[in-house]
Amino acid sequence: MATATVVAAERTTVRADPGPGIKPKGWIGLLFIAPNLLGVIAFTLIPLISVIVLAFTDWNLVSGLGGIKFNGLDNFIAIARDPGFWSAVGLTLVYVGVSVPLTVMLGLGLGIALNRPLPGRAVLRAIFFLPYIVNIVAIGMTWLMLMNPKAGLVNQVLDVFGLQPGWFASSHWALPALIVMAVWGGVGYCSLIYLSALQDAPRQLYEAADIDGAGVWAKFRVITWPSLLPTTIFLLVTLIIGASQGFGLIALITAGGPGDSTTTISYYMYQTGFQFYRFGYASAIGLVTFVGVLVLTLVTWRAQRGRALHD
Amino acid sequence: MTKRAKWYWGIPLWILAIAFLAPFAWMLSTALKQDVDAYKIPMQWIPDPFQWDNFSTVLSGATSVLPAFGRSVFVAVLRVAGELITATMAGYAFARMSFKGRDKLFLVYLATAIIPAQLLLVPRFIYFQKLGLYDTLWALILPGMFTVLGTFLMRQFFVSQPAEFAEAARMDGANEWRVFTRIYLPLATPVISALGILAFVWSWNDYETPLVLISNPERYTLPLSLTNFVDEQGQIAPGLTMAASVISIVPVLIVFVVLQRRFIAAMTHTGIK
Repeated sequence: MATATVVAAERTTVRADPGPGIKPKGWIGLLFIAPNLLGVIAFTLIPLISVIVLAFTDWNLVSGLGGIKFNGLDNFIAIARDPGFWSAVGLTLVYVGVSVPLTVMLGLGLGIALNRPLPGRAVLRAIFFLPYIVNIVAIGMTWLMLMNPKAGLVNQVLDVFGLQPGWFASSHWALPALIVMAVWGGVGYCSLIYLSALQDAPRQLYEAADIDGAGVWAKFRVITWPSLLPTTIFLLVTLIIGASQGFGLIALITAGGPGDSTTTISYYMYQTGFQFYRFGYASAIGLVTFVGVLVLTLVTWRAQRGRALHD
Repeated sequence: MTKRAKWYWGIPLWILAIAFLAPFAWMLSTALKQDVDAYKIPMQWIPDPFQWDNFSTVLSGATSVLPAFGRSVFVAVLRVAGELITATMAGYAFARMSFKGRDKLFLVYLATAIIPAQLLLVPRFIYFQKLGLYDTLWALILPGMFTVLGTFLMRQFFVSQPAEFAEAARMDGANEWRVFTRIYLPLATPVISALGILAFVWSWNDYETPLVLISNPERYTLPLSLTNFVDEQGQIAPGLTMAASVISIVPVLIVFVVLQRRFIAAMTHTGIK
């Protein structure tokens, strides 16, 4: 959700200017901001500075506040040599790399399909969006039972094709199961965002293309896709961040298992911090992850430069 | 191409929609079943017999989710109210008032907005323990009342409003508080309701924060309490878990159905969950 803010910031071109004439006194403005600012300092800024400081310490719950020891770059060196960390990075890349493009692609298809006049379009839109607004515990519990390897509904259906994946009970299938859930949960959201972007599609270009006798595919490739590119990048960035930071579903359903087959980087941090109480090391992992995701985001961002359709 | 609705285009979409709904149908069906029927092969969609007891069990007695429901309401109300009040005031000031260091301060806000909440859980865990707020609902409420994101959304709105209104009112001798509450705040109703909807959904569905900051089951919010229903072997009890899940979805569903257009506008215009 955070990236969305930045995306929105880039969109904003209007300057905040109270305009000429009588200007209110400066301290009044500060007074308006004060309640929010004090809360943000207390609950966001101080924790943020702390997590950066903690990343350079060796500290766990047992040693107490007095037991904080600065250890320079030791945590980061340990991370570089930690096979658990690198396994988690790999799994996260697979999870994000498969679920995010799949969600966005299906969302695009659905968005385009829903952009036509259809009977019951509003209902369809609501149905696809529904998984997105339901709490992940209700969703997780439901899918856990749906994907029961022996008698779950999913395998009853797949039995027709002779497939019986072990899902959450299998170290091969647990991550794909999470991916299925992520796609199911995110497609409706993507289609909704695409749908609202399609409303602003350049109509006159389509008309011109029709006159030129362009086919459906040509129109998609030359007009629709480029005009939707900023939306696509926005969705990619938002979903990449969401998918790489969330640990709730994993904590609920698999606890990182079987084995460590679903220990993604965010779950690894959760485990290090809140099950082993190694606060210093967990902070360092969090920081490294954050920087990594930020770089990934910026790369995705840069990729769009100059390719979007400017009208 | 004509703009007339071709009904047959809808067929594949409706099939897909039914597949998307299947987990919810399964949830509702299982919530009304005896546990022995939950994993029947082939799947039994219409419960036989209907096990309404699942709902009475999760709504009454020692296993009731109602206290957790109440805690979730309490947390959501305070979070939403707090966020709306502090965010509208700060957002307005960032957009429509000038003071020293305003733009620098706003840059700091922007920079913090990209910090994922998960990164802040470790220090928050430690602080709330030191402050005696760990394992209390305040650990969930307080950070939610003062958000950078809400402030940002409100600022974006107020920036798009003309400054002339304020100038005219000031000429007439209105003080700043009046300018804000009488002129700009009424204009902001759609944005405020959008932010309110988003804040409510975030708060209602939040699982990760209470997972880390709440340990006593007597202070569980609704999402945490859904994990309480296990049978003698420690297995999830399907009927009760699904009945409780259905109950947990209802408030968000009501908001969604009643305010669908606002809800969707909130999601698409802000692009934020």
